[in-house]
Amino acid sequence: MSERQKARIATVWLDGCSGCHMSFLDLDEKLLDVLAQADLVYSPLVDYKEFPENVDVTLVEGAVSSLEDLEKIKLIRARTKILVSLGDCAVMANVPSMRNPFGARAVLERAYLENVTLHPQIPQQVIPPLLKRVRPVHQVVKVDVFVPGCPPSAATIGYVVNELLAGRIPDITDKTRFGA
Amino acid sequence: MTREELDVIAAKEQEAAARVKRHIHVCVAAGCLSSQADNVLTALNSEIRSQGLENECAVKGVGCLGLCKAGPLIALENENVMYGNVAPADVPEIVKALDGEPVERLTISPHQPFFERQTKIALENSGHIDPERIEDYIAAGGYSALADVLNEMSPSQVVEQIVKSGLRGRGGAGFSTGLKWSTVVKAVGDQKYVICNADEGDPGAFMDRSVLESDPHRILEGMALAGYAVGARQGYIYVRAEYPLAIKRLKTAIRQAERAGALGVKIFGSPFDFHIDLRIGAGAFVCGEETALIASIEGGRGLPRLRPPYPAEYGLWGKPTLINNVETFASVPTILRRGSEWFAGIGTEKSKGAKVFALAGAVNNTGLVEAPMGTTLREMIFEIGGGIPNGKKFKAVQTGGPSGGCIPEQYLDTPVDYETLNQLGSIMGSGGMIVMDETSCMVDVARYFMEFCMTESCGKCIPCRVGVAQMHMLLTKISQGQATMDDLALLEELCDLVRHTSLCGLGQSAPNPALSTLRYFREEYLAHILDKRCPAGVCEMQPEAEVYA
Amino acid sequence: MKAPLQVTVLQIDGREISAHADQTILQVALENNIWIPTLCHLEGLSDIGACRLCLVEIQGIAKLQPACATRVREGMQVVTRSARLDKYRQSIIELLFAERNHICSVCVVNGHCDLQYLARKLGIEHVHFPYMYPNLPVDASHERFALDQNRCILCTRCVRVCSEVEGAHTWDIKGSGIQSRVITDFDQPWGEAESCTSCGKCVNVCPTGALFQKGKSVAEMAKQRGFLPYLTMMREEETK
Repeated sequence: MSERQKARIATVWLDGCSGCHMSFLDLDEKLLDVLAQADLVYSPLVDYKEFPENVDVTLVEGAVSSLEDLEKIKLIRARTKILVSLGDCAVMANVPSMRNPFGARAVLERAYLENVTLHPQIPQQVIPPLLKRVRPVHQVVKVDVFVPGCPPSAATIGYVVNELLAGRIPDITDKTRFGA
Repeated sequence: MTREELDVIAAKEQEAAARVKRHIHVCVAAGCLSSQADNVLTALNSEIRSQGLENECAVKGVGCLGLCKAGPLIALENENVMYGNVAPADVPEIVKALDGEPVERLTISPHQPFFERQTKIALENSGHIDPERIEDYIAAGGYSALADVLNEMSPSQVVEQIVKSGLRGRGGAGFSTGLKWSTVVKAVGDQKYVICNADEGDPGAFMDRSVLESDPHRILEGMALAGYAVGARQGYIYVRAEYPLAIKRLKTAIRQAERAGALGVKIFGSPFDFHIDLRIGAGAFVCGEETALIASIEGGRGLPRLRPPYPAEYGLWGKPTLINNVETFASVPTILRRGSEWFAGIGTEKSKGAKVFALAGAVNNTGLVEAPMGTTLREMIFEIGGGIPNGKKFKAVQTGGPSGGCIPEQYLDTPVDYETLNQLGSIMGSGGMIVMDETSCMVDVARYFMEFCMTESCGKCIPCRVGVAQMHMLLTKISQGQATMDDLALLEELCDLVRHTSLCGLGQSAPNPALSTLRYFREEYLAHILDKRCPAGVCEMQPEAEVYA
Repeated sequence: MKAPLQVTVLQIDGREISAHADQTILQVALENNIWIPTLCHLEGLSDIGACRLCLVEIQGIAKLQPACATRVREGMQVVTRSARLDKYRQSIIELLFAERNHICSVCVVNGHCDLQYLARKLGIEHVHFPYMYPNLPVDASHERFALDQNRCILCTRCVRVCSEVEGAHTWDIKGSGIQSRVITDFDQPWGEAESCTSCGKCVNVCPTGALFQKGKSVAEMAKQRGFLPYLTMMREEETK
């Protein structure tokens, strides 16, 4: 297989704990097999600054929580052929969504005002503006493959990636579940 | 009381009425009362007294005269004159004109389709008798059917008459009344019950209310006839607490009927005993569903349960129970008095008799009408209803309340019966008819009815509890211009789900207003979604703010 | 002497099956290893047909019927699986996930939950309805147990077991529609509910993590349901 025919894959990390990426890294030596078939063109694990064009498969970890997440995922969707919601945060907004019943304001006050003794203030510059509601990825952009799990096991991720690289849509129903 | 004594009372009443030169009727049903008909009645009584006319004028408060929009209404029975929008201050002028020409500025012509196109069966006494006097009802032929039936017919002959009449349930689904009665007859049980469903809850519907307020004895007679036919000795009227006047009049009527021997033990000298008690509903719409209603009478939460077993087999306290709506019972005495052939001669092939409709919304003659089955929607709205006010254009008519649908202009020539309305994606329901003109937004209408169903869902089954709330969320989103075509697809998917998987009729029919507007007014949905615009100018577009603060 | 039970023959998913005439479709299906999803149903409690998961198609009947509460009839032809039923069942489960705040990853019954199990078994990998995110309380006032409204699916198993088996009727429902909530003793905190015998039956019949034992952490709480058929059987013996 020539270099040019290699698939282009990416991973992104929105509002999540990075556990799904850890699980991905748990593929260990099998990562080498993946990289033999594909180039990792964007990822928190590598140092590309801008999300590139023409990506074949993007694995998305995390829910859409902030304006930054929202803009990012829209761009990623536009530049990706197959978008994968990886893990419960991407699939169902999971723990990040636990703020939704209370609202964003309540969370910021709790974090930056109530529990702070020295100069309590809600930062305006460092953190991106929060969305009113944390949302799963598919409620913002179209998602092609869903892989629930918190996190999905390395074996599941390996299966999903290999199926996609082989040009098939993976069937994960007996491999993982919400909360797995 | 015997049949002969009944005739004596009737004759005495008729004689007394004949002695008086004039009969003046003031409508004191809920609609007119709300515009101070009681003050008009008081003023009229005192004016008649002060003019010394007590001996030639009989003034009485009567039930619904029909044309609610022109209330308070006064009818001069002998002269066939009707006055509308009467204020207490108009009374002296009316009394002065009794011997001359009618007061022109108050006159409502009785020669208009609103009155002439009606066929009154359930409403035959409404507006003619004093609902608080049993003698008035008897003078109008009341209780004669019961007296005759008890002495001359077997229970199975009564059922046969009802079957032959072709009467169908007036509460909504249109199930054959005769079939229902014969099922209860066949059900095995030492004790059986008759229940009158007076939990009328559709927005804009006031048919049953009017019958109860205008002619309560008719319901008692209908129920006693049903009790005799199916072998029940106890009846309950489940009436909603929001109808205090109906409750008061029913209480009075029950007391009078018991005292007169038209209810109680050995009715009309026969071995038949029948008692009726009231049960007051606490305001849940779903309690109009028969199994929920029964649970409520038993003192439980008003939750529907699975059918079968049907109440006919396993109803109140687990006993065979006949449950019919107010208007159904109201039709029974007339059918037995005038014969099933007479009743079956009115209406269409499959829907017999006449039906009471509550005309409301954007129509000139809002009020209560009873028209033969098969009258077209156009006749109902443009002839009887007098058309659309203020020169506006007709857009849709909503029939059947929250379980019904919106029917557009092109189907106005459809004859109204159970089957045709079903084919149009609506239902007969209890008879509510809300007319809408071009200023109504059909998305907003669907959202309104969905909100009603959401509030009134009992929450027992998942599709109705969550599905209806989801549909309401989506309709709100569409009406605010925040929805996408995916949301529309989701709405349609939920309509299908909720309709086919909900436990009771409330859930199964909750999607109807959305489905019918999607079917006939899809372009309005698309305008909200694609152009972010409400064609009728009703909905306020609110672009959603994504970011907090 | 009791009349001998009638035997009926019916078809489920094309298979000829014999059954007693007083059995439900669900009972007969389970006896014959035909799986029908259920949620409000629990062996030993009355059936209310509320979750609508066990709806099946019966030839000649236009409306779908709940298998848990529909008795078999001679010659009945039942279909328990079809594209339409699969879709409806998925949607019903998804509606439950959307209704409250089910966060499996931090739930005390993660891995032992009926809702989670059904989602997997029915092939649900995401919820395509919008989440509703209601703001709901947790009642931890009871000495040994807690109630998390966020995870309640209103199946009323707790209400029924408490009323029908324990005889205490501590649990009931307040409100209606989407506002329905399980409550103890006229909506008193559970710890102050005087009718509660602290027997724990409600906790064990609860299909999700809505009712749980205190002191259990994520995924540590498995429900023990064996007592219910046992109690039912022993009571039936008693009354014979």
